[in-house]
Amino acid sequence: MDTEIPRSTRQRPRTRTLLVVGATALALAAAAATPLNPAPQQAKAAQADAKRTLTVAVSQSIDSLSPFLAQRLVSTSVHRLIYENLTNYDVKDNHAVPGLATKWEPSPDKLTWTYTIREDSSWSDGEQATAEDAAWTFNTMMKDEGAATANGSFVANFKKVTAPSPTRLVIELKKPQATMAALDVPILPRHEWEKVGDFSKFNNDKKFPVVGNGPFVLTDYKVDQYVKLKPNEKFWRGAPKFDELVLKYYKDGDAAVAALQKGEVSFAANLTPAQAASLSKTENIKVNDAPGRRFYALATNPGARSKDGKKFGNGHPALLDQRVRQALFAATDRKTIIDKVFQGHAVEGEGYIPPRFPAYHWKPSAGQKIAYDPAKAAALLDEAGYKKNSAGKRVGKDGKPLDFRILCHATDPNDKAIGKYMQEWWGELGIGLKVECLDNVSDPWLAGEYDLAFDGWSVNPDPDFVLSIHTCAALPATPKDTGATDNFICDKKFDQLYAQQTAEYDEAKRAGIVKQMQSRLYDTGYMNVMAYPNAVEAYRTDQIKSITTMPESGGNLWGQDGYWSWWSAVPADVDDTSGEGGSSTGLVVGIGAAAVLAVGLGIFVAMRRRSTAEDRE
Amino acid sequence: MSTASTAPPRGGYGRRPALVKSGPSGPRARSARAYLLYVAGKLGGAAVSLFAVLVTSFFLFRIIPGDPVRTMTHGRQVSAEQLASLRRQFGLDLPVWQQFTDYCAKALSGDFGTSYQFHAPVGDLIAEKVPATLLLTGVAVVIYSALGLWLGTRSAWHHGGPGDKVSTGVALTLWSVPSFWLGLLLIITFSVGIGPVPGMFPTGGMESGDASGFAYVADVAHHMVLPVITLVAVGYAQTLLVMRSSLLDEMGSDYLTTARAKGLRDDLVRRRHAVPNALLPTVTMVFINLGHVAAGSILVETVFSWPGLGGLFYQALSVPDLPLVQGLFVVFAGAMIVMNLLADLLYPLLDPRVGR
Repeated sequence: MDTEIPRSTRQRPRTRTLLVVGATALALAAAAATPLNPAPQQAKAAQADAKRTLTVAVSQSIDSLSPFLAQRLVSTSVHRLIYENLTNYDVKDNHAVPGLATKWEPSPDKLTWTYTIREDSSWSDGEQATAEDAAWTFNTMMKDEGAATANGSFVANFKKVTAPSPTRLVIELKKPQATMAALDVPILPRHEWEKVGDFSKFNNDKKFPVVGNGPFVLTDYKVDQYVKLKPNEKFWRGAPKFDELVLKYYKDGDAAVAALQKGEVSFAANLTPAQAASLSKTENIKVNDAPGRRFYALATNPGARSKDGKKFGNGHPALLDQRVRQALFAATDRKTIIDKVFQGHAVEGEGYIPPRFPAYHWKPSAGQKIAYDPAKAAALLDEAGYKKNSAGKRVGKDGKPLDFRILCHATDPNDKAIGKYMQEWWGELGIGLKVECLDNVSDPWLAGEYDLAFDGWSVNPDPDFVLSIHTCAALPATPKDTGATDNFICDKKFDQLYAQQTAEYDEAKRAGIVKQMQSRLYDTGYMNVMAYPNAVEAYRTDQIKSITTMPESGGNLWGQDGYWSWWSAVPADVDDTSGEGGSSTGLVVGIGAAAVLAVGLGIFVAMRRRSTAEDRE
Repeated sequence: MSTASTAPPRGGYGRRPALVKSGPSGPRARSARAYLLYVAGKLGGAAVSLFAVLVTSFFLFRIIPGDPVRTMTHGRQVSAEQLASLRRQFGLDLPVWQQFTDYCAKALSGDFGTSYQFHAPVGDLIAEKVPATLLLTGVAVVIYSALGLWLGTRSAWHHGGPGDKVSTGVALTLWSVPSFWLGLLLIITFSVGIGPVPGMFPTGGMESGDASGFAYVADVAHHMVLPVITLVAVGYAQTLLVMRSSLLDEMGSDYLTTARAKGLRDDLVRRRHAVPNALLPTVTMVFINLGHVAAGSILVETVFSWPGLGGLFYQALSVPDLPLVQGLFVVFAGAMIVMNLLADLLYPLLDPRVGR
């Protein structure tokens, strides 16, 4: 490289640099000097007519705003707010309470259900909501494949649906079905939806406001930006108290937490333990650590098979022995999992249905319980014929070592952490474990190519569905098909009990059968529930004065089975829509900075002109 | 995919200044014909690349593990009949060759089908998000290219000096910073506010949702500040370094000495003689970066909740939503091909030796 390059005279560039630095400093100073968005603590008292907005941070994209198509939690949560279902769930104990229907009764032969439709529910365009709307909704789902996309399973057992009068809806069934007070299907206004051509492509997101009869009316939606809802003043239970409900998108959890700290959002859900710990120290923020609706389980492959009796997959044969399955669970320290992995934000798992649903929750008796007990695990393995060899490895009678694989979701840090613990615990017993973390576990899972797997489901107030996925009927028809089965379990006794509970219309008796099913599932050791993760969320107490959780004492707010939280929320006296305020004051800053930059640019250009003029001279 | 041709081989002789006027009519006609031939060649190449992309995109994404129907319905109350019906709706029950011919026939007329998860035409979904992405990434690329060019030129001209060392050091440090981390730091510092620093900017999104007219433009600009700063900070080092090294290569050349001997001021020697000749490699990079604009920046879009194509691509891949990933892939690759084509077409204008 040439070292003799003459250095330029630095005079001019230096002036320019100075100018740029000066302009930047000026812009920053202007920004700092402007009275910016009031930080929450300095939020000024509300003007009498200020709009009180409840802003909820969400991250999941809406898949569709048509109830016929929507499958994601965020979309069905919006539908819960803008449409009524026939029934709703009680905020205290989840039992069915009136929704669009005030009363529901089965016929003596259990095959006909009659619903009385309320007369005080009208659509937001003024039309009366009637039994005909409900009949049309169900009939459309029964006839049109596109309309059955999301909720087709609810009408699979329906024979005929009619509306003999505007207040009477009659549903005839093919066989008895105990879940008729738990039809989570939004009822749609027939006069609006009849005009739709192709239900499989209609997303209900072009014309606002959307006609509905829930506590809120959907007024605006921009993909991945926001969903806006206004109170439905005519709602039969009474209008919500906030002037507006906004679901605002935050694709990153930490950014949502920052927005909550700033006051741009009133509520954020799905917090990590670290986020919860940091927020709990923040003024005006309440962290809500509530019992969740999920269970988190260790599933064992019972030997994958299809309904036609063909076996497939490559599950470890040792797992066909109940003693081995129980030994693995006995060698899993659930207390450590709760304390170290969930950092206290979970409850130790026992029965299949989480304690959030007390009517169906079941606990093993003291004698039945498989507690953490490595010595007992070792004894069970010895008994099953898997003794330790000289190298400390457990080997079967065929001389093969006991080495398992566990399927883990690469996106779930809990899976990985628990997998590490298991390697340690089971390693001491002489069992090998390979933790296979994949982005997409469904391929090996559906092919039955796993020994163990981390499994989990969100449970509804009615347990029918989470029980149905362990029946023989849910197995795939042939190895090439996909069934609704979760884990290829097919157990005659479990199936008998399942059929009994489906036809049992007495709630207490049905709950008894459901508990027996859980007891059976527990003993077989195919689904070992390790924990019930909590729902960890937080809200601003200077924006929300009070709000109803579900269950009412110590429950959660986001993803409730009903509209209780957002419908009941009462605004705090102090108005704080600082997000909006921030944008207007920020605007001033932006304009100021732009002006300063423009001036800087002007000077710069002028100087350049001058320098060329000099050159010409 | 075609790649932009690189700068012409460097000779030891002095460079002619850029954009020289052509000589008498004979050679001018010849060079015009040569240029046309060159353009035709490049256009043909681009068309072939585009077609290859179209075909590849069908097979590429069928390798991704995962069953779209199962992923979409995971955790939902679905029956086996519903699963089968969805498969039928998506055309996944047909043999692959038939899916491929259907895809080709439709894709050639610009129809990429209906997204599995959003139940909407792929074209509409992409069109909805293109403006947001072009706005954010486009502005950032323009700013960081200009900044990189300017700082790179200065660094080279004063190479070895403290200004060069600081500027290159800072650029390299920022270049090594993960963009999502820098974005989060900016949010915490300038959106929420720390100590004496007030929270000046929104924590995310593209707009507040209730402004219109000029207020809307200002609102979007306000939301853009932090994500643009993040992209610029992380990105400008590239242009800076390329510009710096190519200008350093030029600085020993005789034609600069000649220019100085004519009595030109140092500033002008740099601006009129050195920089235009050093621009070629940088232009290549600027166009490659412009090609990337369409793909957006998934990390920055996520941290700032910017409703762009990067996020859409991620969602499409995680299902996998085949029609949507295919459409997006074609758009991304197409943008790259077009930008490379533009760069190729521009070279002969910047340096008449290219394309001869």
